[in-house]
Amino acid sequence: MAKYILKRILTAIPMILIITIICFTLIHMAPYDAIDSMTNPKMSQETIDLIRAKYGYDQPVYIQYIRWIQGMLGGNFGYSIVTHQNIADDLVARIPNTIKLVLPAYLTAYILSIILGLVAGSHKNKWQDKLIDGLASIGIATPTFWVAMLLIYFFGYKLKVLPILGMHTIGLESSFADYMRHFIMPYIVLTLGFLPDSIRYVRSSTITQYAEDYVMVQNAFGASKKEIMFKHVCKNVLLPVITKLGMALPMLVTGAIITETIFGWPGIGPYFIKAIQSMDYPIVMAILVLSSTLVILGNLLSDILYCVTDPRIREMG
Amino acid sequence: MMKKKENNSKKRRMEHVLSALKKDKVAIASLIFLAFIIVISLIAPLLPIDPNKTDVMNMLTPPSAEHWFGTDEVGRDYLARVIYGGRVSLLVGVLAMLASVFIGVSVGTISGYCGGIIDMILMRIVDIMSSIPWMILVTVISIFLNPGLKSIIIVIGCFTWMEIARLVRAETLSVKEREYVMYAKFVGTPFWKVILSHVIPSVFPTIIIAGTTSIAGAIMTESSLSFLGIGIQQPMSSWGSLLQSAQTNLQNALYMAFIPGLLIVCTIFAFNKLGNLLRIYMEPRVTSGEKE
Repeated sequence: MAKYILKRILTAIPMILIITIICFTLIHMAPYDAIDSMTNPKMSQETIDLIRAKYGYDQPVYIQYIRWIQGMLGGNFGYSIVTHQNIADDLVARIPNTIKLVLPAYLTAYILSIILGLVAGSHKNKWQDKLIDGLASIGIATPTFWVAMLLIYFFGYKLKVLPILGMHTIGLESSFADYMRHFIMPYIVLTLGFLPDSIRYVRSSTITQYAEDYVMVQNAFGASKKEIMFKHVCKNVLLPVITKLGMALPMLVTGAIITETIFGWPGIGPYFIKAIQSMDYPIVMAILVLSSTLVILGNLLSDILYCVTDPRIREMG
Repeated sequence: MMKKKENNSKKRRMEHVLSALKKDKVAIASLIFLAFIIVISLIAPLLPIDPNKTDVMNMLTPPSAEHWFGTDEVGRDYLARVIYGGRVSLLVGVLAMLASVFIGVSVGTISGYCGGIIDMILMRIVDIMSSIPWMILVTVISIFLNPGLKSIIIVIGCFTWMEIARLVRAETLSVKEREYVMYAKFVGTPFWKVILSHVIPSVFPTIIIAGTTSIAGAIMTESSLSFLGIGIQQPMSSWGSLLQSAQTNLQNALYMAFIPGLLIVCTIFAFNKLGNLLRIYMEPRVTSGEKE
């Protein structure tokens, strides 16, 4: 097993390296000079040259790349061109807000989808299945921002029971009740957004499991429906589902960009969209590197989980 | 003899699809809905509607006999705006699908057929591109191009082909081992000719299915981007950008948000539904979504 995990880690490293190279190239292609974020028009050419030399922008490209990577590893993501603020500080302030929103929503969707998927899969072609699968198909076709708009209309404007923007009312930053009132709508939207895909996944793997020979054998031996479901099918369905948890890792940063933007939730979403609109390349690239690294790490984690939970892969070495 | 047999089996599979279609009322409704939307979009310029004509007396009026879908904030007929928005949405969907199918099929067949080092390089590219979250990738590229219709098609087309490439590659690997392909190779048919006349026809059903679902995906991506303001730009509008402008008037004009959103849901649902149905052609044992 250790050998398999090591092999996976070794293939993940070059992928991350290639992604950083792609990002770095994109930054270089972008029509802007990193030096602009540290200078102002009043500085003389000599001062600018000095700063350029200090940060190594007069060096050849590959040295700049190495320095950039070193900076990234040390937590230095560079500076925004628009606000001249340290990107790492901004990210540190914003990522926890995104996690506070995404994590509960994802876990709710995860648990609900396991239950609904198992119910649908075990009642294939009965009304329960048709209902759940039908709703999931509609859910897949529904843009999250549209759901968000409808919720804002009904709860925010019509019934006036929930605030439509932000995370806190000004002056009530420490009130938990106030936070919950802001939290509930984006939370529902995100949960509904995550749900349909996972329901479908659980449903189809349940159906596949029910078609296996062991279920027929159990039936022949007179095992009750409940016994088959909980003792056998459940176990086989849940294994791959648990390993999917790893793949959710990047969601913690980029899982709610649209929802956060609509509700003005102070997470990564509005920050990223604002950076895109104002062409703030360093921020965009920092998020690009961060999120793709998380995807690769997430896949790695899910492979390792698979390896830990599934004895067949464990033995394969 | 062989040919006849193959034709028969094709015919039988098509019959499977048709019989499944007849039994499935939702699929029939989807087909009719899509046909209706497509026809309306095609003949829109011939209809007596103008999406840019303003009616200052009627601004933000809810649906009425005069304006079936109401009017927007500068008094433009919303029905006309929605029809023209649908044209753009569908156009983006179809063209982006064609682009992504083209790239996906080329990469998939070449990778599967050639194998070896070419396969490895292409598949690593696919891995890397799939590991950047699509939302981030698409937005990043869209800042290098000027936002608008052309760039959104390029962006969606060029960054959603990876799944198709994987599917087509897997198919190609099995087609490659068939006798007629090996024979063609043996008698010295040039490699592009083998791909064009033997490999691609065999993977064609897969391409059709992937294409149908990829239209749905492209429409969804386009509307998300336009909603965020980095997709289709004024004065052109799509369903997504209509939703974006509906956001500001949400409080007093819910219909402006409701109608385009509902159309997006129905269109994507219909394309997905038909894509699923076509799977029966590929694997006759599969009945609606059993193996995904």
